[in-house]
Amino acid sequence: MSDTQTNSSVAFVQTEQIPASPPPASEVGIINWLRSNLFYSIPSSVMTLLAIAFIYWLSSIILPWVFNGVWDASSIRDCRDQLQGATGGCFAVISERWPQLIFGNYPADEYWRAVLALIGLFVALAPVLFFNLPRKMLWFTGLFPFIAYWLIWGGSLWVSIFALVGVVAGFFVFRALSERSFFGAIVAGLFATLLFWIFLTPTLANALSAVIPLTLVSVESRFIGGFMINFILGTSGIALSLPLGIALALGRQSNLPIIKGICVVFIEFIRGVPLITLLFVASVMLAYFLPPGTTFDLVLRVIIMVTLFAAAYIAEAIRGGLAALSRGQYEAADSLGLDYWQSMRLIILPQALKISIPSIVNIAIGLFKDTTLVSIISMFDVLGMIQGPILSSTEWFGVYWELLAFAGLLFFVFCYGISQYSQWLERQLNTGHR
Amino acid sequence: MRKSVFLGALTVAGIMATAATADTLQEVRDRGAVNCGISTGLVGFASQDANGEWQGFDVAICRAVAAAVFGDQNAVNYNPVTNQVRFEVLNSGEIDLLARNTTWTFSRDVDLRLEFTGINYYDGQGFMVPRALGVSSATELDGARVCIQKGTTTELNLADFFRANNISFEPVPIATASEAQQQYLAEACDVYTTDASGLAATRAAFENPGDHVVLPEIISKEPLGPLVRHGDNEWGDIVRWSLNTLIAAEELGVTSANVDELAAGTDNPEINRLLGTEGNLGEMLGLSADFAANIIRAVGNYGEVFETHIGENTPIGLARGLNAQWTEGGLLYSPPFR
Repeated sequence: MSDTQTNSSVAFVQTEQIPASPPPASEVGIINWLRSNLFYSIPSSVMTLLAIAFIYWLSSIILPWVFNGVWDASSIRDCRDQLQGATGGCFAVISERWPQLIFGNYPADEYWRAVLALIGLFVALAPVLFFNLPRKMLWFTGLFPFIAYWLIWGGSLWVSIFALVGVVAGFFVFRALSERSFFGAIVAGLFATLLFWIFLTPTLANALSAVIPLTLVSVESRFIGGFMINFILGTSGIALSLPLGIALALGRQSNLPIIKGICVVFIEFIRGVPLITLLFVASVMLAYFLPPGTTFDLVLRVIIMVTLFAAAYIAEAIRGGLAALSRGQYEAADSLGLDYWQSMRLIILPQALKISIPSIVNIAIGLFKDTTLVSIISMFDVLGMIQGPILSSTEWFGVYWELLAFAGLLFFVFCYGISQYSQWLERQLNTGHR
Repeated sequence: MRKSVFLGALTVAGIMATAATADTLQEVRDRGAVNCGISTGLVGFASQDANGEWQGFDVAICRAVAAAVFGDQNAVNYNPVTNQVRFEVLNSGEIDLLARNTTWTFSRDVDLRLEFTGINYYDGQGFMVPRALGVSSATELDGARVCIQKGTTTELNLADFFRANNISFEPVPIATASEAQQQYLAEACDVYTTDASGLAATRAAFENPGDHVVLPEIISKEPLGPLVRHGDNEWGDIVRWSLNTLIAAEELGVTSANVDELAAGTDNPEINRLLGTEGNLGEMLGLSADFAANIIRAVGNYGEVFETHIGENTPIGLARGLNAQWTEGGLLYSPPFR
């Protein structure tokens, strides 16, 4: 009977593992997710239903407007004829006028120059933004402002070349003097550059372009418009205001009363005045202070004002970073025998700037969007272009939403990009222990 | 106080300097183009087409002056200027003339040291209401909510009109024409008031223009015209007679189509003087004898300009009204070319 016994024992004892049964339907998958996230209590269910109704209502307005839109029409009346009373956007205005929205009145034959400058900008920014790229690319970054100026405004390449030579001359002055005093060397270097630009660059450039004319068709500032001018003002404003902001922040912490006083007055004055006031000063009032007959490019004036404005805010952001550092860091730098500039460069600023990244990015994004204010001083940036020439044409008078949505989309793409980069940068620089 | 005196003195000095050295015609010739101040955008009067070319009723004045000086209507640098800065820009010498729907008033002519060179459009403030309101006259608007641009002469005119008729209104302040359109369509106000040409342009852009009526009352005088700086009367004469050429050409029946034929010589001595086949009018202005023929070839006569940009066959659909020739019951009246 042993066989039977064995058999029976086999019949009673499970020799293999029972496969895991699937969890109850209410605890997994979409149903559980819905229960635990959307319907876990009566109030939450009500809110969910309300939210769904709201989203449905919103998309029932927006989606037909977007997908039923007319992309090919000659005027707003043509759009309405094609739609026959159905909901739909008149996007034909964008397909007809996009060059004006992007480039303003920049001559159409020269668009390639603006596009080339934009590509160059990304190449030039790459080594600054991403540290693991070859450091030799920084050479191009240094050259880029001069190349971009030549590409966008045209004229003789020699102007750009000698502007660059002026910077190099300033650098050598700085090198020669930096042994004695870092600060004095910076001031002397800047001074040398300015002198070179004012007295030597025009004459030398004229002389050489008479011999070898390396010229592009020159484009006056008033033809530069659309999103391009927002981009020029935004990038140059941010790039220039960062060093100025650092200098102001350090100056405000200085023990020297005159430097501290100047910085405090400057920062508080700029922060107390609306940007639009500064822009009006740049466009209208400045003409009264300059000698008659002086022409001082409007775009340059606006860049200066925008830079000063952003610099004051960046200075305060960096001062926050400086204040957040413990005293021990300053004392440690002193105990190593570093002088003021060495300690700032090697110990204090790297930490302070890291702390200030979110606020600096905030200011940068704000500045980029604030560049649309120039439409008020008759510069045709993307909003000026929409409000002025395009909306006042008999074809497109009355097409607001489509144009403003397009402008909003352009700004969103770049502002969201800046924001994503800054988050990536914060993760990269995160050396803390969590 | 001291500073404002200083600034004022600087301004005056700047104006005097430009006025003293003014030979605008020579400057324009040297530059090869007329610097013309225009609106940053006003439907029918100044707007850009898809190629970035400025077009419009005011822009045609710039083109006419360029055609008179150079025989080329495209020899113009357009300088779009806003309401706030237009007179300063003109006085600072940045532009040679301003053709920007500017109302000719005493204080602008005298106090701001400007010289209006004529009137190219007789405008006036009007009212627009929804047809459903059943109103046929502005005097029936007692208690209405009125959309009105703040800080303009239209606001003052409106208060005057309602007080004179002993009725009340509730102002709904708005900033721009596009905001006005949105507010009016959203029925935030019952009435929209601005210049009649602006009302027509706004109404033309509605989906159902027929649902809205422009009331017959015009409650103010808004004579719009091109203007130049004080101090260079020769240049002012060129602008004035460029405008008069447009008006006289319509009166005399000279159009862009028949100007070449008429310029060969006609039996009408006034046409001959205008087109330069008789007399030496062009020489008196310092221009070529056929300056008027060039203007008409380039932009047409006043009637053609009107019909192209704002007339009844355009979406704006303005009737000639006051802007008809004096022979047809309007106010257009060019002094004789003699």
